[in-house]
Amino acid sequence: MGAMNEQALAKYTNNFLREVEERVEEGEWVKMCMQCGVCAGSCPFGPDWEHSPQKIFMMIRAGKRDEVLSSDSMWMCTSCYNCVVRCPRELPITQIMHGLATYAQRLGLAPKMNPTRKFSLLFWDNCTRTGRVNELKLALGLYFMDGLVAGIKKAWAMRNTGLGLLMAGRLNPFEILKGHECKDKAGIQRMLKKAYEIEEKRRGFAK
Amino acid sequence: MAKKEYAFYPGCSSQLKGSASNYLTSVNSMCETLDVKMTPIPDWNCCGASIGYAGSGELARHVMNARNFALADEHLHGQDVVATCAACWLGAKETKEKLGASAQLMADTNEALKEAGLQYKGNTQVRHMVEVLIEDIGYEQLGAPVVKPLEGVKIAGYVGCQTNRPFGIAGESFENPLYLDKLVETVGGEALTKYEQKVTCCGGALAFSEPEKSQAQIKDIVESAYDQGADMIVTPCPLCQANVEIYQSDINKRYGTKFDMPVAYYSQLMAVAYGATPKQAGLDGHIIKPTKLQEIAVKVVPTGKR
Amino acid sequence: MADLKYAAYVCSGCGIGERIDAAQTAKIAEKEGKIALVRQHPFLCSSDGVALIRKDIGEGATHVAIAACSRRAKTEAFHFPSVALARANLREGVIWARPDTDEARETTQEMADDYVRMACAELKKMKLPAGNPEVGRSTRILVVGGGISGLTAAVEARKTGYEVVLVEKQAQLGGWAAKLWKRVPDREPHAAPVDTGVRELIDAVTKDAGVKVYTNATLAQTSGAPGRFNATIAIESGASVNEEIGAIVQATGFSLYDMNRLPELGAGKSPNVVDQAGLEKLAREAEASGQPICRPSDGGEVKSVVFVQCAGQRDESGKHLPYCSGYCCNTSIKQAMYFKDANPAVDTVVVYTDLRVPGNGEDFYRSAQHKGVVFTKGKVASVEPDGNACTVNFRDLILDEDARIEGADLVVLATGQVANAGVDIENADATDANGAKPISILNLNYRQGKDLPKLSHGFADSHFICFPYETRRTGIYAAGPVRRPMDIAQAMEDATGAVLKAIQAAENSQLGRSAHPRSGDLSFPMVRLDGCTQCKRCTVECPFGAIDEDEKTYPVFNESRCRRCGTCMGACPVRVISFENYSVDTVGAQIKAVDIPDEFSEKPRILVLACENDAYPALDMAAMQGNHYSAFVRVIPVRCLGSVNTIWITDALNGGYDGVMMMGCKHGDDYQCHFVKGSALATERMSKVDETLKTMSLETERVATYEVAITDLKRLPQLIEDYAKVIDKIGMSPMKGFA
Repeated sequence: MGAMNEQALAKYTNNFLREVEERVEEGEWVKMCMQCGVCAGSCPFGPDWEHSPQKIFMMIRAGKRDEVLSSDSMWMCTSCYNCVVRCPRELPITQIMHGLATYAQRLGLAPKMNPTRKFSLLFWDNCTRTGRVNELKLALGLYFMDGLVAGIKKAWAMRNTGLGLLMAGRLNPFEILKGHECKDKAGIQRMLKKAYEIEEKRRGFAK
Repeated sequence: MAKKEYAFYPGCSSQLKGSASNYLTSVNSMCETLDVKMTPIPDWNCCGASIGYAGSGELARHVMNARNFALADEHLHGQDVVATCAACWLGAKETKEKLGASAQLMADTNEALKEAGLQYKGNTQVRHMVEVLIEDIGYEQLGAPVVKPLEGVKIAGYVGCQTNRPFGIAGESFENPLYLDKLVETVGGEALTKYEQKVTCCGGALAFSEPEKSQAQIKDIVESAYDQGADMIVTPCPLCQANVEIYQSDINKRYGTKFDMPVAYYSQLMAVAYGATPKQAGLDGHIIKPTKLQEIAVKVVPTGKR
Repeated sequence: MADLKYAAYVCSGCGIGERIDAAQTAKIAEKEGKIALVRQHPFLCSSDGVALIRKDIGEGATHVAIAACSRRAKTEAFHFPSVALARANLREGVIWARPDTDEARETTQEMADDYVRMACAELKKMKLPAGNPEVGRSTRILVVGGGISGLTAAVEARKTGYEVVLVEKQAQLGGWAAKLWKRVPDREPHAAPVDTGVRELIDAVTKDAGVKVYTNATLAQTSGAPGRFNATIAIESGASVNEEIGAIVQATGFSLYDMNRLPELGAGKSPNVVDQAGLEKLAREAEASGQPICRPSDGGEVKSVVFVQCAGQRDESGKHLPYCSGYCCNTSIKQAMYFKDANPAVDTVVVYTDLRVPGNGEDFYRSAQHKGVVFTKGKVASVEPDGNACTVNFRDLILDEDARIEGADLVVLATGQVANAGVDIENADATDANGAKPISILNLNYRQGKDLPKLSHGFADSHFICFPYETRRTGIYAAGPVRRPMDIAQAMEDATGAVLKAIQAAENSQLGRSAHPRSGDLSFPMVRLDGCTQCKRCTVECPFGAIDEDEKTYPVFNESRCRRCGTCMGACPVRVISFENYSVDTVGAQIKAVDIPDEFSEKPRILVLACENDAYPALDMAAMQGNHYSAFVRVIPVRCLGSVNTIWITDALNGGYDGVMMMGCKHGDDYQCHFVKGSALATERMSKVDETLKTMSLETERVATYEVAITDLKRLPQLIEDYAKVIDKIGMSPMKGFA
């Protein structure tokens, strides 16, 4: 991924805004921000961000490429869409945050230890493997994403919850062996492969 | 009234034995009473949810949703796709709108779909179960089959995020949507209209990755329900339901609170009010038992009323 | 002169009959009011009731008192222009202002009885106004200034059928607008700069025989009054011509704030630092040469432009303009588009603290964002030119850090507008914001000065809140950036409004009637010169400069410059100024007509003198909403608190009133007084009443002045209640029974 970042750097020297417009989902909206700050005030995790969407947009315009792409902030988005419905300029802020995070991930610049980044990748991998989410594996994968010891601790801490769901018939222990899945798994795999290919071409990632 | 038929998109959490399987159970019971036929889309797949973005990118997400549309169109032609899960509905609706607005995206999507032998023609309508209830049936008709009004049950309507934003239910405001309160009143419950956390985010998928921050949100959501004197919280979203119910014990540990607030689905209220048994209404699927609903559900219905 | 015949009518409709004894009230009109013809009617404003009054008028009634609703209600039904008319306010002023209880019944009846006594007494002192005999002769409109505002005023006057005389100081018409390459769009889709349209306006004016244009010309003198102004115009040849004028629109525009006062922003240090006018010049030159806009220093291609907003504006240091000129953000957006529309690769950055783009400017702003103009929220600290490039240092206000833009080929300073408003009539030595000493524009021969009074920051007069084009010089209307900073679209709207007001003033003067705000009023101030002591108070205090002085310093009234506020009447120490239907006597008689119970009755009497524009309607509306107040007050509406003559106060106190409340409008910088200075003058006069009170051995609390607004529906009754408590505390007046 480092190579991809080098290519992007070479192509967009000194013009991060243009890079974002061309390569990030909904990136063409960034220039339309009018810096009112309503997004920052509407975010449920507002106090926990280093850079609010407002600041991220300003940093993009100011060409602060490294700071933006390595920021933890986009990964704090809970997809609540509060900023989107309140933005007076109707920017799809949630989607831009996701887009920036995805772009940073593709370039290998996203913060490695960010738990939401890990969960996001885990989720997509989990749901596309069979076409449907395997909730047990997802949960276990989450607990163990920081290693075996940490995972056992977390799973132990959550044992009551897990047991409760089990008793309530909402967690199927047999998912560990064979969970929900689509019949046409192979078709789904082919279709996704094609989708990745097309997107790489469209966004200029293809070699 | 002619039977209403829809292409059902239950989604991963609401399928049988999923984490929101009791949602499915209660929806089935509710729909039976309302004479609504929900046929699952054959071989439907995951919508990718909001959280899958880092792996999916843009097109793959749309392709996943478009596959469901194509399947629905092929097997259940002419029927609206109806989701019960907020995230499924949002993801599907976003794909529908995006593809509708961009010929390029539509063409790319179909190019990918072709690999699975499918084609999306762009004519699918995407609805949420709540829209079906409100728009296709109407509050008045929804009230007609009530045999056990939820008298005296004080209910905080927790709408949450994704059935409310960015699309929302037509005619409702983002800041103070009223449909959940109206549904509560339709089945004879007492809607706590001053419940101030009705559209607060529960943390969504970040409840798993950022538990402290999410639980601070959930604490507010539950606390406000207690402040209003609620017997229970009701929600239209499986993830809201799970987060707000499951993490109460963690929050109690973290903050020294004594939360024990049941969190149910609107469909469970309706099923109980329509005379379903506790099992039919999925009341056995809770970690915190909705005792008030349970009490009403086990009451014997006076004969002749059903 | 025909015989005076008095008639009074007591209405018992709207619940009046249920709440008070109307028959008793009617009897009071007859016995105490000494009205020959008194009638009662259950529904006086009905066609039947109105017909009854008309019939009596037809049979010779010259003075009519109507005891019914407020003088503000049913004005169309009770419109009898051929008689003197007094109204007793029994509905809003009595029954609605009082609770409907048994214990309140007696005091409510006393209120009603007093109001009828007052109306009868007032009527006896009234005359039917005959109108100003010195009617105007001309309805031509003089437009001073040939920029976009002046041209628009001229065109709009012509569209309405009025002749125009236009005086422009420069050799060419068009003003600033003619120097622009393009203007900010004024209609959909607000997406790109458009043609200024000034050429068409100039053509419309110069090709119209109904507009007499003087260029290279100034006003040597302006004298007279609406309908009969005489403008002496100094023309190019050195000669002067006289024009008779009905009314005047002053559209003398602005000068750009001098960028040379901003060396810290690079002004004067490099030709690549320009103001907005400088950029327009570059753009016009570029168009003429068919080349892109070039760098002045070496003619090199411009690849990067920085726009510095609020240059020398919104300044808190006291060195530069303290205000926002309002148009410059849109102008910078427009100028950035000059570059982007020609070549999207040019970097354009607008550094702003608050982007202010009122109205549809928001769409224009959005369009610029679409085009790739970058907007950076920041405050520019300095501009450092170095060779052909400039460095712009600024504080990034979002990221809260110091930042810089290097290698800018061009820096444009948005410097703002300084009004061309003539001399400061209150301070002859004052300089304008550019440090220049202004010369007079109108050269009025008025006693109060040569130009329009100025408001804050050197802009010409304007009644901001209620009547933006109104100045304190009747018949002279300010339009465009001379009265406040504005853009072309606003200036054109302003000019249209101002010229319509000018036409109204000219037309009213033809009929001997007052202009705004008592539009159509036929009364006018009359002075009994043989009693005048030449004290000059009226000529100094008139808020409208309507009164000049003759060589012996006797007042010379220019009636059509008068707004009928009565400030002169209030000022006159010897009480020789009056209006036919509003005088020291009409109010004085009302004060004296009130029945004052004795000291032991526990029924104090409080006189309320209420401004008819705000306080009186507020009292009416308070009563309509059921906000009750004390039955001890007797309210008399006055044209303006400025018209209150101190004799009324001393008469009231001598007559045994226990207190006097004066209710006027807010005064000061953000005044709400219709007559600008009336309430301020009254407050000043009343500050001197304390002495009088002391000589009468009365408590100073017995006279109180209040600032009230028309919206004070809850506060006003509370003020009255509170004041009644004060009177209760200090006790009844010892003056009762001596009058």
